[in-house]
Order: sequence, then C-alpha cells, then structure tokens
Amino acid sequence: MPTHFVLKPLTPEQEKRRRQRNIAIGFAVAVLVVIFYAITIVKLGPNVFVRPD
Amino acid sequence: MSLVNESNLGLAASSASPRDYVVLLKPRVMSLVVLTALAGLLLAPPVHPVIGVISLLAITVGAGASGALNMWYDADIDRLMARTALRPIPAGRLAGGEALAFGLLLSFFSVIVLGLAANWPAAGLLAFTIFYYVIVYTMWLKRSTPQNIVIGGAAGALPPMVGYAAATGSISLSSVVLFAIIFIWTPPHFWSLALCKSADYGRAGIPMAPNVWGPDSTRLHILVYSLVLAPVGLAPWLLGFAGPAYGIVSLLGGVGMVYGAIKVYRQRVGDKARKIAMGNFGFSILYLFALFGVLVVERIVLIATGIML
Repeated sequence: MPTHFVLKPLTPEQEKRRRQRNIAIGFAVAVLVVIFYAITIVKLGPNVFVRPD
Repeated sequence: MSLVNESNLGLAASSASPRDYVVLLKPRVMSLVVLTALAGLLLAPPVHPVIGVISLLAITVGAGASGALNMWYDADIDRLMARTALRPIPAGRLAGGEALAFGLLLSFFSVIVLGLAANWPAAGLLAFTIFYYVIVYTMWLKRSTPQNIVIGGAAGALPPMVGYAAATGSISLSSVVLFAIIFIWTPPHFWSLALCKSADYGRAGIPMAPNVWGPDSTRLHILVYSLVLAPVGLAPWLLGFAGPAYGIVSLLGGVGMVYGAIKVYRQRVGDKARKIAMGNFGFSILYLFALFGVLVVERIVLIATGIML
C-alpha cells in the first residue's frame, strides 16, 4: 500500500507543548547524570583519593 | 513542521504536555509508595543517605512506570468509566504508544538505577513488582475475577520489602509484616470505593466484588478484612520494631477501620450508605498514611537521637 507523507505545520499550542516536553526530557537526563555521578562517588568512597604513584 | 502520514501510520504530532506524563505516573499512588518504601528502608540497618535517596527515587519511579503501563493497557475500559475517562489517553491528550514507551523506559531505568545504587536482589524485586502489577494484575486478574484486587494487592504491598531489600539485599520478618498490612488493607479500601462505583465498573465489564458477589456480600468481606487488618496493623509494635506512638496510632486506627466497616455493613441502602462507604474509603487512606507516617517519624527520631524504642 503506498504511503503518503504530508508536512503538517504544528499549531502554536503543539509547538509550546513540544518545547515543554523537550525541557522535561532535558531535565530528566540531567537528573540521571547527577544520579550516576553520585552513585559512582559514593561507591568509590575514600578510594576516590587513591592515586597511582 | 511535523512529518505526518495521516493515512495509516498515525504519526500525528503529539499534543501531550509534561503534566499529562506526570498524570500517567499516578502521583497519589506514588506518594504512598514513597512513604511505604521509606518505612522499609528505615527499618533496615542504615545505608549511605545518597544511596537511600536514590533507591527511594528508583522505587517510586518504578511504581509510576507501572501506573503508566496500566493506563496504556486499560485505556479501553478507562474510557467507559466516569472516574477514569479524563485520564490522558482516553481524553485524547496522549497516544497509547507514547504511554507504553514512557512506561517501558521508566521501568528499565528504575530497575537499572536501583541495581547500580543499591543491589541487584532489590532491583529484581522491583522488576517483579512492575511485572506483577502490569502483567498479573492489569492484564490478567483485573478483568477476570472479583479477587482481582485481593491477589493484585500484592503489587502495591511490595514497596516496603523493596525498600528493605535496597538496604540489606534480603527480606526480613519486619518487611514481610509491612507487606501484610498493605496486602490486607487493600481489599476493604478498594471495595469501599467499588460499592459506590459499581455502575462504572459494570459499564466497563470489570468483575469487581459488588458487581459479582453483590453489595451485601462485599460489605461482609469489608468487615472481615477490617477485623483481620486491625491486629495485623498492631503487629509492628507487638513484635518490637515500632514504638509506643505507632502502637497508639495503629490501635486507634484499627478501631476506626473496624467501626467504619461495621457502619458500611449496617447501612445498606440510600444516599447515606453511599456516603458511609466513601467515608470508609477516605478513612482507609488516612489509616495507612498514619501508620506508615508514624513508623517513619519514629525511625527518624531513633536514628537522630540514638534512643532505642
């Protein structure tokens, strides 16, 4: 079955919500970065100060 | 501009706002999960606070992911019930596929984060909780038996055990007792609501107790479960892992639950019966929040002061 794609402009409301979703995704990714960083530091504990000679 | 195939792919531009995604997570259920998981976590030997907070976040997000997957699967029946018709998918603000992807993504990350931050037995238990709620309860039990919320209630009861496991990598009698409290609390809680919403459930074809057994039998079941719940609610104090404040609150709360159930059992017709059932539903929420709230406060005081209960 042939498919036909049409470029359909977003309404201002849809654009606004897409922007809000993008900000929320950005925030979630930033939180994940902080979480993984915090886990790493806590798991390493005092070993974080151990440096090879 | 958006690339849209309006004929058969259904790639219409999304109109969902971040708030719709938050609603998918069932925030009110999540608030209870935070509290009950925190209680489990605090019953265990202390963990690093950062690990504790991240574990709690992972458990809460895992519970939210279950909610999103539940709303994805139940969109067809949510559409038919006044109580749920305004949820994002039936209201048309969010596509089913978006909710499915969101739920799967959050399930994956919540389990991985809990595994990395705490331990893998806890992560496995969280994965099992999500599986149980989505597959066993939502897809199987909910539409097939009036025991749906009895057996399915185990999913809602697991967070304290996951919280305890996050700190220790194992389970204990205390975490099993907290599981038992929520497990036995769930049927009288939901059946009180179902008594008032039986028309809704009937329209959607969900075999809730009042629709299958009838309201009178359901009222008897609420009373029996409440009579069992009251002493089980006291168990943390009787077994010595909760203090006197918890003992007093759980005693008074248990009496309140039984008293409410007796009122539900005795008043069977009219608007008054409906008000009493909704009142019992509201009180049951207060009861569980109070029990776990006091338990959490007691443990925090204990940790902060070092005074043994």
